[in-house]
Amino acid sequence: MKLGAAELKREREERRRGFFLALPSFAYMLLFFALPLVIVLIYSFATRTSTGSTALSDWNLDAYRKLGEPIVRNVVVRSVVLAVITTVICLVVAYPFAWFCAHQRPTVRNVLLIAVMIPFWTNFLVRNYAWRILLSKGGPISTFTEAIGLGEVDILFTKTAVVIGLVYAYLPFMILPLYASIDRLDRRLIEAGRDLYGSGPQTFRRIILPLTMPGVIAGSILVFVPSMGAYVTPELLGGGKETMLGSYIVTQFLTARNWPVGASLSFVLMTVMLISTVIYFRSGGRNL
Amino acid sequence: MRTTTLRLAGVAVAGAMILAACGGDSSSDDAAAEEPAAEETAAEETAAEETAAEETGSKCATGQVDGDLYLYNWSEYIDPELKTAFEEQYGVAVIEDNYDSNEAMQPIVAAGNSGYDVIVPSDYMVSIMIEEGSLQALQLDAIPNMANLDPVFYPAPYDPTGEYTAAYQWGTTGLGVDLTVLGDDTPRTWGLVFDPELSANFGGNITLLNDPRETIGAALKYLGYSLNTTSMEELDEAKALVADAVARIAAFDSDQYDELLVSGQTQLAHGYSGNMLYGIYEAENPDDYTYFVPDEGGTIWTDNMALPFDAPHPCTAHTFINFILDAENGAALTNWNLYGSPNAASEPFIDAEVLENEIVYPADRSKLEFITNTGDFETNFSDAFSEAKG
Amino acid sequence: MSHSHQRRLPVWALRTNGGAVLLFLYAPIILLVILSFSASRIPGQWGGFTTEWYATLFDDSRLQRTISVSVRVALVSTLIATVLGTMAALALERFTFRGRRVFDALLYLPIIIPDVTMAVMMLMFFSQSFNVVDAVFGLGISKGFGTIVVSHVAFNIAFVSVVVRARIAGMNATLEQAASDLYASRWQAFRYVTLPLIAPGVFGGALLALTLSLDDVVVTQFVAGPGSTTLPVYVFSLIRKGVTPTINSVSVIMLVASLILVAGSVALQRANASRGRQQLQTSGGTS
Repeated sequence: MKLGAAELKREREERRRGFFLALPSFAYMLLFFALPLVIVLIYSFATRTSTGSTALSDWNLDAYRKLGEPIVRNVVVRSVVLAVITTVICLVVAYPFAWFCAHQRPTVRNVLLIAVMIPFWTNFLVRNYAWRILLSKGGPISTFTEAIGLGEVDILFTKTAVVIGLVYAYLPFMILPLYASIDRLDRRLIEAGRDLYGSGPQTFRRIILPLTMPGVIAGSILVFVPSMGAYVTPELLGGGKETMLGSYIVTQFLTARNWPVGASLSFVLMTVMLISTVIYFRSGGRNL
Repeated sequence: MRTTTLRLAGVAVAGAMILAACGGDSSSDDAAAEEPAAEETAAEETAAEETAAEETGSKCATGQVDGDLYLYNWSEYIDPELKTAFEEQYGVAVIEDNYDSNEAMQPIVAAGNSGYDVIVPSDYMVSIMIEEGSLQALQLDAIPNMANLDPVFYPAPYDPTGEYTAAYQWGTTGLGVDLTVLGDDTPRTWGLVFDPELSANFGGNITLLNDPRETIGAALKYLGYSLNTTSMEELDEAKALVADAVARIAAFDSDQYDELLVSGQTQLAHGYSGNMLYGIYEAENPDDYTYFVPDEGGTIWTDNMALPFDAPHPCTAHTFINFILDAENGAALTNWNLYGSPNAASEPFIDAEVLENEIVYPADRSKLEFITNTGDFETNFSDAFSEAKG
Repeated sequence: MSHSHQRRLPVWALRTNGGAVLLFLYAPIILLVILSFSASRIPGQWGGFTTEWYATLFDDSRLQRTISVSVRVALVSTLIATVLGTMAALALERFTFRGRRVFDALLYLPIIIPDVTMAVMMLMFFSQSFNVVDAVFGLGISKGFGTIVVSHVAFNIAFVSVVVRARIAGMNATLEQAASDLYASRWQAFRYVTLPLIAPGVFGGALLALTLSLDDVVVTQFVAGPGSTTLPVYVFSLIRKGVTPTINSVSVIMLVASLILVAGSVALQRANASRGRQQLQTSGGTS
């Protein structure tokens, strides 16, 4: 289709508008995120001195070479496995919950959403310690399961405890975007789907799920990515034995005081995540 | 102050300027909320003093103050009454922030502009910060109470000239034990952790510190090596021991080990003397627990008062150090913290209960070792620890 | 409207799941409330009823200061991040412009970056740029409230925009176009059509931003100035001596305060309900 002069002008106008709409946040992110990030990039090519500071004169790829070591591979594999399990559980639990919220009266709906967030306005460290007590030997959960004849539960300092903690920490990150996308579903489309496919599961798979895919994707990213980088939860609930990528990076920065390795690891992680996010989004987009 | 800032901000092109300037303003506001009148002048004085100090190397007299004290300390490490006493005696406010590790504090101070007057780094961190030029040499004639320090800690091996730091508290790292498991004559050995048979008695209810130097160090001591080894073979041996122990322990924990121990969640805990004693005091049956440094030896450590290179109120800082080194104040510190006092003059004022406690003041200190910075070898410790954990 | 759905969907299953989720979310919170009245200093042990920890809380001026800093930082940074993040989301979903892809990628980075890495980089950035500012303009500025807000906004813009975009993505634009033809100004079209449509997303994003800001430790620890630490940083530094029950009581106070806040806003919503309903009807009633 050939564009007329008026349409061309209109499109140029639109581009200009879009640019100015994006400008404040774009400028902010460039100045207060991209620019500082360059510092980290520079550090990743530098060298740790004998006092643990970073020498900016000696450039090399040593920090990147270190990422090939088996320990890093172990940590990455464990992180991916735990993060995937966490994301799947969050998705399965959050989807019906978000659906439930979206189908309430506006007031109830908002109360429910805020009720989801309120626990997180306490303090994350305190919440993690509370989980430590809940999951401990002879703790409330164990006492309960014993009382109903299921026997003692001793899962503190295990992978299960880490997953429970991660699901707890990131569940709202799944609920919010899911809710946002479920809420804007056009009811008429679902009705049409019912007429077309009859069964509920069919309608869900063919109509509802594709339409709410942006929420699913956004939620998955918001859960998966921070789970990979989680630090406090695996340390406290996994008893420091289930090192995840986040804890490993913290170790590099704040225990080994090896900033170049911490920086290089962060960069590789960010690049991989960014690329997979883009791919994930594209594939999600195609489903629409 | 605000108008000048804003006018300049208008001139400046970078958005960083505006927001950064806001940062400066608001932090002043914070303090101003407490002392509205004094704040602005104090800030200006500070700036003036700083330049003066740089140009002429200004001298501080004993007891001189040049503004409020910004203290960057470990948490709950100073008796609040000592702070109040200092505030009343010198008419300045003490504003305290806390850190939870040397490694978190160091980059903040080293980056400059931290705004703190006194920091309290541990031994090995002192040597690192001296080497990196992050500490300011003390004006010793402004701190006459320096003479109160026990010669063991002054000058200390990590500050050989005694120019930069004054010891604050000292302690050891060892094992807290539930005596109901092996009885009162529980062998005082790291074998409780590293010997499979001995450690089996605790049925997996063991915590170790989540710290490479401490935990690998314990294994090194068990093997009879120095905890500052730079031998890869020795380190590998220690790593294998820790890796073997991982299956027998509940957790690596540096924060809650004492509470886990006295609440019955664990029965053997690797940790610091004062915290352990504190936990034991809280226990329902304190007699069921004890703490010792195993006979093979262990870590001795100190925390030390020092001035960041750009401390805004150096004279107040010197006065504060002198205040803490006072005999009675030093004793108050130990009575409150339950850690050893490096202050020889304090001894008469320390509670007998604390002074005679073997947990605080172990009789045999010959096998205790400071952790030192092993330089380029340092990363091997943290790698070994990560690998041991799997 | 919603009744027809609930008839077809297994309502009991949704309700059970909803109840289970809320129980899961509140289990630790209930425990906190109980323990905040326990006389034992050992976490997890009941040592008899006491209000001692609340008394120490009211005496602790430092704790009060950190709470006040936390709340102010959270409110200011949430406000800024919500406005900027929503603008970013609109620009990315509704417009094409030069640099769009770069911006899109840039907006994901704060979600991906590990906390500690961001903390270190902000510390270095502020100290370097302050040195420059000091050298060029002779201004000795220091870290504090402002630097904390700047850093929180830097990561919160990304989180807000993700949530808002999830709302906008795939949403039919014809309505807005029709509106922009109808109304005199674009602002009106935005105010009366677009904003009500994306409001749930904006609300969700703001909630997320508020939460993240109230909970951040690592970044704040590195960019805070002397005497300007937030509550989480203070609590974090306390753990070396164990979590004292005072911290539980702080959490309970925060909880009660937010409950009061929420109750207030719900009452406000009720009052505005009829007006809102009318507006929705005139704007097309898509929901």
